[in-house]
Amino acid sequence: MSNKQFLLGKFWDPDKLLEALGQLQKDEVPVYDVYSPFPIHGIEPLLNIKRTRLTVASFIYGAMGLMTALLLMGLVFGVIWPMNIGGKPSLAWPDFVPISFELTVLFAAHGMVLTFLVVGQYWPGKKAVLMDDRQTDDVFVVAIDKTRITDEQAIRSVFEANGAYEITEKEV
Amino acid sequence: MSHVRSPIRQKWVTNTETYGKITEDITRPIESKPNPIWLAATAFSGLVMTIGFALIGWTMWKGIGTWGLNPTVGWAFDITNFVFWVGIGHAGTLISAVLLLFRQEWRNSINRASEAMTIFAVLCAGLFPILHMGRPWLGLWFLPLPNTRGSLWVNFNSPLLWDVFAISTYLTVSLVFWYLGMIPDFATIRDRMARAGRKVAAAIYGGMAFGWEGSSRNWSRFEIISLILSGLATPLVLSVHSIVSMDFATSVIPGWHTTIFPPYFVAGAIFSGFGMVQTLMIVTRKVYKLENYITMDHMESIAKIVIATGSLVGFAYMTEFFIAWYSGSLWERYIFINRAFGPFGWSYWIMFTCNVITPQLFWFKKIRTNMVITFIISIFINVGMWFERFVIIVTSLHRDFLPSSWASYVPTWVEAGIFIGTFGLFMFCFFLFSKFLPVVNMFEVKTLLHHPKKPAHLEAGESGTSESVSA
Repeated sequence: MSNKQFLLGKFWDPDKLLEALGQLQKDEVPVYDVYSPFPIHGIEPLLNIKRTRLTVASFIYGAMGLMTALLLMGLVFGVIWPMNIGGKPSLAWPDFVPISFELTVLFAAHGMVLTFLVVGQYWPGKKAVLMDDRQTDDVFVVAIDKTRITDEQAIRSVFEANGAYEITEKEV
Repeated sequence: MSHVRSPIRQKWVTNTETYGKITEDITRPIESKPNPIWLAATAFSGLVMTIGFALIGWTMWKGIGTWGLNPTVGWAFDITNFVFWVGIGHAGTLISAVLLLFRQEWRNSINRASEAMTIFAVLCAGLFPILHMGRPWLGLWFLPLPNTRGSLWVNFNSPLLWDVFAISTYLTVSLVFWYLGMIPDFATIRDRMARAGRKVAAAIYGGMAFGWEGSSRNWSRFEIISLILSGLATPLVLSVHSIVSMDFATSVIPGWHTTIFPPYFVAGAIFSGFGMVQTLMIVTRKVYKLENYITMDHMESIAKIVIATGSLVGFAYMTEFFIAWYSGSLWERYIFINRAFGPFGWSYWIMFTCNVITPQLFWFKKIRTNMVITFIISIFINVGMWFERFVIIVTSLHRDFLPSSWASYVPTWVEAGIFIGTFGLFMFCFFLFSKFLPVVNMFEVKTLLHHPKKPAHLEAGESGTSESVSA
């Protein structure tokens, strides 16, 4: 985001915000984003947010973890360093279950979280760009990119009719 | 958020009408000056921790001959403490992950502190097996790394190695889950500190908040990955303590090689963990005045889980005895009679009383809602569960197949000191956590507030931000 002019509708009740968003969607107004102190359930269809594919990524990382574990143990015990412990088979696959499971979880969890941080562009010390300095506390903000709308007055009246306590503009 | 809600359901947030109040109540300890009691308690636990570390240093300097172990009783305090602390950790993951999958709303206000408890407990647990190796500086040999020693590889058939993988996965996944959940709350603290003009604090919490701004797209992703992490952490809860139990169950020692061990250990772990959650929550909610968020209904729910898991543990004790008799194995039968009536019989009866009888008191609502009695019972549970591990380990080892090698076991002051030192470490970490990090998950508690009122700062006629231009 750099030097964009935003029209902001600020709400203190998330239910009112959802009503306003419903109206905006009916009027086919492109909403840039909504900022809220907690996840508002049921907002995704109103903003046309597609379900994240992080779950697929997580599955792939998990599969990689499983492969790593099986390859590691198979190579070590089957090829590099077969061990004879009490005459029992060296490649005893039931013994490999716990480590295979643990590495699957390890890879899936860390891979998914790292992907989330990279996709969302989060890193330690990143400066947050805030629409309102209370949006992480008790204020809910609908942001609309002014260059992508034609009838600003109509949007303002939607905000007003649905209980926005303040309608402002901000350049970020 | 408001939606239709049956009046018979409990209210998990009481006497709170605005989202702002939740933020204020929970950030108060972080924003205010530390009180003298907190300082004294932190200093005291720090001192205990330091003594513990000094004794760890002494053990590393002199060797584990400073402990009371002998060739017959080769595992005692060290592994007891290890299993005790790992077990405590399990309640945190159960609350944060399993209860999320079951959509239990009461988890929202206690998950943060319980996850913190998990992490600190696993840190304490990890110390013991490493120290017990005798030469902890060679701990790296536990990892399957290519090396110049042959090359010598680890034994993937050994449950002790499974433990290395299980505990490290458990610790790191719990840590990530915990930290991820705190990111939105760090952002809240960052913005509050910035509004109050506290630049240094705002920069520190801002750094930890990773630039979180609460956009809906990110909330959507955030919720999904929280759910998937819970799904991954749930089997971890079961697997970690199952693997810990296999350290014993895969051996040929009577009293250890039983198939009941994995479920028995998992039930015991959750039981002991909830005992510790009770101990910590009763103090935390009182000291930080969080009774509106950690309500009496929360404490009752915890007590009910304690009854359930305590009964499971009691059932396991009796099953073990029955199977020892029914197996027809003389050694097995002897070990169990020796457990209850032998030289360490006193520890068995401490365990039985604390773990089977005391939690049954929670059937009475008067006891469940009396925080003094609940606190005392929770201490009993902690003591009982420590003794459970002591009983399993020491009584099974001290009289083995050959009567000529029978031995007793008395801990030395070094071992006892290290154990007490881990309590110092645990409490020291928990005190720091309770002062500098949000003890209750603010954003999740906010989702439990139905029909909020208009915030006070709007009633007073303040504008949203100084920079914004009013239309």
